[in-house]
Amino acid sequence: MGSYIAKRVLAAIPVILGLSIIVFLVMKLIPGDPAQALLGSYATPDNVARINRALGLDRSWPEQYFIWVGNLLQGDFGRSYILNRPVLDEVLERFGATLILAGASLVICSVLGILAGTASAVRQFGWTDRIVTFFVLIGISMPAFWLGLLFILLFAVQWRLLPASGMYAVYGGGDLLDLLRHLILPAGTLAIVATGVVARLTRAAMLEVLRQDFVRTARAKGLDERAVIWRHAFRAALVSVIPVLGIQAGFVLGGAVYIETVFQWPGLGQMLVKAVSTRDLLLVQGGVLVAATVYVLVNLLADVAQATLDPRLKA
Amino acid sequence: MTDMTVSSPAVPRKRRSNWQLLMANRLAAAGLFLFGTIVVLAVLAPVLPLPNPDITDQPNRLLPPLAGGHLLGTDHLGRDILSRLIWGTQVSLIVGICATALAALFGSLIGLVAGYARGATDSILMRLVDMLMAFPYILLAIAIVAALGPGLLNALYAIAIVNIPFFARNIRGVTISIRNREFVDAARLSGKGHVAILFSEVLPNVLPVIVITMSTTVGWMILETAGLSFLGLGAQPPTSDLGSMLGQARAQLFTAPHASIIPGVMIFILVMSINLLGDGVRDVLDPRLRSGALNRPLAVTRVDRAAPPPATMANAPVLVVDNLCTGFSDGGHVAPAVRSVSFQLDRGQCLGLIGESGSGKSVTALSLMGLVASPPGVITGGGVYIDGADVLAAREQTLIGLRGNKVSYVFQDPLTTLHPLYRVGEQIAEAVTAHAAVGRRAAMARAVELMETVGIRDAAERARAYPHELSGGQRQRIGIAMALANDPDIIVADEPTTALDVTVQKRILDLLQDLRRDRGLALLLITHDFGVVAQVCDRVAVMKDGAIVEQGDTRDVLRAPRHDYTKRLIACVPEMGEGATFLDRVRPLFAEGRA
Repeated sequence: MGSYIAKRVLAAIPVILGLSIIVFLVMKLIPGDPAQALLGSYATPDNVARINRALGLDRSWPEQYFIWVGNLLQGDFGRSYILNRPVLDEVLERFGATLILAGASLVICSVLGILAGTASAVRQFGWTDRIVTFFVLIGISMPAFWLGLLFILLFAVQWRLLPASGMYAVYGGGDLLDLLRHLILPAGTLAIVATGVVARLTRAAMLEVLRQDFVRTARAKGLDERAVIWRHAFRAALVSVIPVLGIQAGFVLGGAVYIETVFQWPGLGQMLVKAVSTRDLLLVQGGVLVAATVYVLVNLLADVAQATLDPRLKA
Repeated sequence: MTDMTVSSPAVPRKRRSNWQLLMANRLAAAGLFLFGTIVVLAVLAPVLPLPNPDITDQPNRLLPPLAGGHLLGTDHLGRDILSRLIWGTQVSLIVGICATALAALFGSLIGLVAGYARGATDSILMRLVDMLMAFPYILLAIAIVAALGPGLLNALYAIAIVNIPFFARNIRGVTISIRNREFVDAARLSGKGHVAILFSEVLPNVLPVIVITMSTTVGWMILETAGLSFLGLGAQPPTSDLGSMLGQARAQLFTAPHASIIPGVMIFILVMSINLLGDGVRDVLDPRLRSGALNRPLAVTRVDRAAPPPATMANAPVLVVDNLCTGFSDGGHVAPAVRSVSFQLDRGQCLGLIGESGSGKSVTALSLMGLVASPPGVITGGGVYIDGADVLAAREQTLIGLRGNKVSYVFQDPLTTLHPLYRVGEQIAEAVTAHAAVGRRAAMARAVELMETVGIRDAAERARAYPHELSGGQRQRIGIAMALANDPDIIVADEPTTALDVTVQKRILDLLQDLRRDRGLALLLITHDFGVVAQVCDRVAVMKDGAIVEQGDTRDVLRAPRHDYTKRLIACVPEMGEGATFLDRVRPLFAEGRA
């Protein structure tokens, strides 16, 4: 197991390097001359050249890249000139809130999706299956940002059950219970689409496994249907569902952008949207890099979890 | 493996075209209707009698639906929502479809080239694609929009780029499976260049996959571009799509909820209609789904007998199969696989059920304990008497209680028939605890004991192995140990040695023989090899096309086979030192078959 984990960790390093190259290249897509933009109408050729030298923009792209990565490794992600604070500080502060939101959604979509998908496969063509299929279709067709607005109208405005925005109550809140109350709507909204996807793929995986020879063997042993489904079929289907959960982690990390905007959740997504509209590119760059790195690590975890379930993968 | 259907007088049925199949799927047809209606409305926007979507009218702002001559009301600038909705739908559709087309074009091209060229080209291209996939989906799009600047066209590019990997991966997979096919080799030998082969031979075969991927992602891309517009990163005023309508109306969510709700409903209906249609297209183009090969098998084969036989039989030997009929149903029609098969078996006896693949012998064996996958399997007639009682008439739980207890099975390929994720010891122990109220530790001890019985050395240690860590012969011994777990009266061994090499085969057969003698087991041995029958069985039943054509003592049948088919099966057993004359001996027997 130890050597397996080491192998996966080593394999993640080039992926993270690749991420940094893509982010670097995307930033190079920016039309126009940054120095020109910085100086505005005061730009003289002399000043432009001076700024370019100061920012290292007169060097070749590979040189610029290595200098940039070197800075990243020392924790220097640059400075947000809009917020006037180091990018990394801002990103890490925001990312905690996003992790709470995305983590809660991931838990909800995994549990609900796997249960619904399994029930749907076991009762294929029955009413359970039809109801699950119906909700899956609705879930994956629904714009999450719109669903969030509907939830606010219903739960916050109409019924006054849950708060519509923020992470903590302005007065008197701040404890765990308060956080949970604020978390329910955004996390639930964010989980809906992902739950549909997980349910769909779990159903397909279960149907695939239920036809395998080893399930027939389990039946031939005289196990009751519950043991056949859960101990034999479900366990095998789980192995192919786990990578799907890894992919959903990326989905909720990205989808958090919409949900945080709708629910005023003080996370990375909300920060990114503001940063894009104020053209605070270093902040965008830092936020995307951190989120993508975490996504790679989550997938690494998914790989390891899959290997602990399937002894054949460790070899 | 399970023998499949025997051909029956086929009911001539016209193969339906893809279009007819799609329309037969009610949900897909409904999706197509909805989508078609939306597209027509969006296309007709310029000629419909709609007010100008951009004319503001401050005094009449935020009118509710049906007020002041505005069917869906007005927005925060007094603009007519219905008109904006239809024009906005047009924008959303165009952007979504263009993004899909771009992603499909570049993604498919990458997939085709990588899959066809393989080698270094493949590695480099796919590593790049993996890099794109390593980003949380929407964040990469946001980074791209951040760099290019907010705008509808830039949002379109961003969404197209982040979707390229899906196409590239899917298309590459199919291309790899096609590039080594005969027709591609033929084109290569005829001197066609790589580019010509790629576009005239490979592309047409990959097209269905491209269509499936497009139809399943276009709804998604419409959602994502709407999302970027909602955040203010896509469509910029005065252009407006469904997402930006929603984004602008959000500020008035509490005072005029309709302005937010309406565009969302439109996005929802549009995407749902596309998803319904996309699922329908996938079902039509994917042959696996059409054949019902993904149906969930029930715990017990469905029994649907027109005339059930008497429920008990007096003075019967341990196993009596009486006029058993099993078939495969495809909805209305049942294709028979086993036709009126009858045989008996008593303690200590061994009956060989022999025939070629497709003769119905495996289906017969699985029918005894209701293990034929159902759907599509269905038992249509006859009875299976264990100790004189018809198990097909028994309750489901009773039948399940007999499995592995009274009657147990040894299957053909133990690599696929043992559970890959459990240690073999646990799997044997599970067979014990399924029928006996013993603790976990006692069951494990029993499992090790059983493994020793079937001749596995270091049993205690081997019990901790997973199936893939054992050799084929050892795995089959595990299968036999599992079958012995509850001292059954009957063992059904379905081609137990076919997947093994000859020396291992001999040892496994000897083991089965010893067990039969020592424990007084009744053994039903399914095989296609008369050599195995001659070695093990007292009696033999020969199956062909789902029916038993000849049955008798092994020695009699071997000495004087009455049926031509039996003669052929016997002749197929090679004997020592007759290699040169083998074909001469066998040929006349098959002459009539060829004529």
